[in-house]
Amino acid sequence: MLEIKNIRGGYFKKEVLHSVSLGAHAGQVTAILGPNGCGKSTLLKSICGILPVISGQVLLNGENLLALSQNQIAQKIAYLSQSKQIPDITVKRLILHGRFPYLSYPRRYRQEDFLAVKKVMEQMKIMELAEIPLNQLSGGQQQKAYIAMALAQDTSIILLDEPTTYLDISHQLQILQQVRELANSGKYIIMVIHDLAYALETADQIVLMQEGLVVMQGTPEKIYETGILDKIFDIKMARVHIDKQWHYFCAKK
Amino acid sequence: MKLLKNNKLRIGYIYAIAISLFLIAAVLGILLGATEFKFSDLLTVIQKIDSDSPQAKILWFVRLPRVLASLLCGAALAVSGAIIQGVLANRLASPSIIGVNAGAGLAVTLCSAFGIAGGWRLSLFAFFGAFATVMTVSFGAKKWGASRGTVILMGVAMNSLLGAISAAVITFVPNVSIMNNDFKIGDFSGVTYIKLIPAALIIIISIIILYTLSNELDVLTLGDENAKGLGMNTGMMRTLFLMLAAALAGAAVSIAGLLSFVGLLVPHAVRRIAANEAHHLIPLCALFGAGFVTLCDTFARIVFAPYELPVGIIMAFLGVPFFLFILNKGKGGHGRA
Repeated sequence: MLEIKNIRGGYFKKEVLHSVSLGAHAGQVTAILGPNGCGKSTLLKSICGILPVISGQVLLNGENLLALSQNQIAQKIAYLSQSKQIPDITVKRLILHGRFPYLSYPRRYRQEDFLAVKKVMEQMKIMELAEIPLNQLSGGQQQKAYIAMALAQDTSIILLDEPTTYLDISHQLQILQQVRELANSGKYIIMVIHDLAYALETADQIVLMQEGLVVMQGTPEKIYETGILDKIFDIKMARVHIDKQWHYFCAKK
Repeated sequence: MKLLKNNKLRIGYIYAIAISLFLIAAVLGILLGATEFKFSDLLTVIQKIDSDSPQAKILWFVRLPRVLASLLCGAALAVSGAIIQGVLANRLASPSIIGVNAGAGLAVTLCSAFGIAGGWRLSLFAFFGAFATVMTVSFGAKKWGASRGTVILMGVAMNSLLGAISAAVITFVPNVSIMNNDFKIGDFSGVTYIKLIPAALIIIISIIILYTLSNELDVLTLGDENAKGLGMNTGMMRTLFLMLAAALAGAAVSIAGLLSFVGLLVPHAVRRIAANEAHHLIPLCALFGAGFVTLCDTFARIVFAPYELPVGIIMAFLGVPFFLFILNKGKGGHGRA
């Protein structure tokens, strides 16, 4: 069980998160939703220690991860930022850097690291991209490579900040499928996502945020049924039941 | 699998070319000049190490320090450029462009105004000058969220300011101006062991340390947040890299003056032909930088022999068109480091 308790945090002296608490379960996708500027990305960065918190705890099975060093946190939480540099290093090298937290100076990757990378590339079905420089790939392939790097980090928690941004529809669906598979393998997945319909269809749990606070947490069905999404985003949502699954749509009010 | 083999083979060839260039440049640098040696003369002089012949004197006290200096300065400035470009995530950055060389230059000018012409004190002051400048630019970039273009503008401004202060020092202490012209453009003609040895040690040690940090450099270029997410203390690492880059640039400036374009040209060329991964980038920049500067210096010595051109002139002739070529490609300003 991952418990995020009373996190207060932000940038410099500006408090963006006002006592945020939520829970997440292994094997589930938890999607954080909310309007722009409500503190979603700030929350992810606070959970993994990239932004220092004013107060609060991140408890993984009772252990406060924020009390650990950045390197120790990196062995438990993988974080994929929304803004990524695209260096022209090969995909294999990028994924290998996922093993970075496990090495100390002088960091030379070991045989077991290369094996871990091979396994991850097979899992992500990107073996053929191994020797291609990252900047020669499409946006979707780059995103897959970055997710593979997070996987190579071999953590129980993966935080994804808008993993589908800038991707075409086909790649968005592929990435979400892979996110689902990661959760199925027993990891805690917490992702910030702007597309409400995808969030409701993919996630097991929805955390709804507004102005630095968690407004509601629950299953997609429950959140939808309260009608709170319509209010917060000033939209009209609808759903249809196709092939034993709910599909969601948004429209202007 | 075929691609993998090809890539490894390609890198292997490039290393072979780089090492050959390094060796050829070193040998030509020793053999050619106002007094030309034959290869057999060289062997004779080496065999009689304590010989008092004029040839031996030229070899040990003129050619050898000069070739060592150009090899080391070329390696230092190229590696320093690669590091600064990586850390600032800006392909247009280089020690001469963002004012690092000018900072070291001011320190060296001040040193000569106070009568320090070589040794550890000179290298140390040059390092402080370079480090203070690179930290100012880096701090400014971080503090004001400066875009990549702004970082370059800050560097240009720093260059002007530091150049103006150097000029002021020279105005008040005219003795300094004797060495000023060659110093501004970069020159190896006055190299002595007393200048060379401390700088050489700094350069060799810094490059070795940087090579051991090649994975850190790669991770840092993934962006601050991703690097932190991988457990890196990015603030400390960035400062360490800039310190080592400043040590390299400072040491090179203390020997040869304000050599420009090596730090820009060589990393770009290596990135284009070989690799961006730091474990290849650093050694290849060192080898190509050393070879390139030494060849330029040899050319500068022989083209109007017995007169010499400062090596900076030859390098600028090659460097400027290359720089324009990069600008023309349109990738530089938004370059992904």
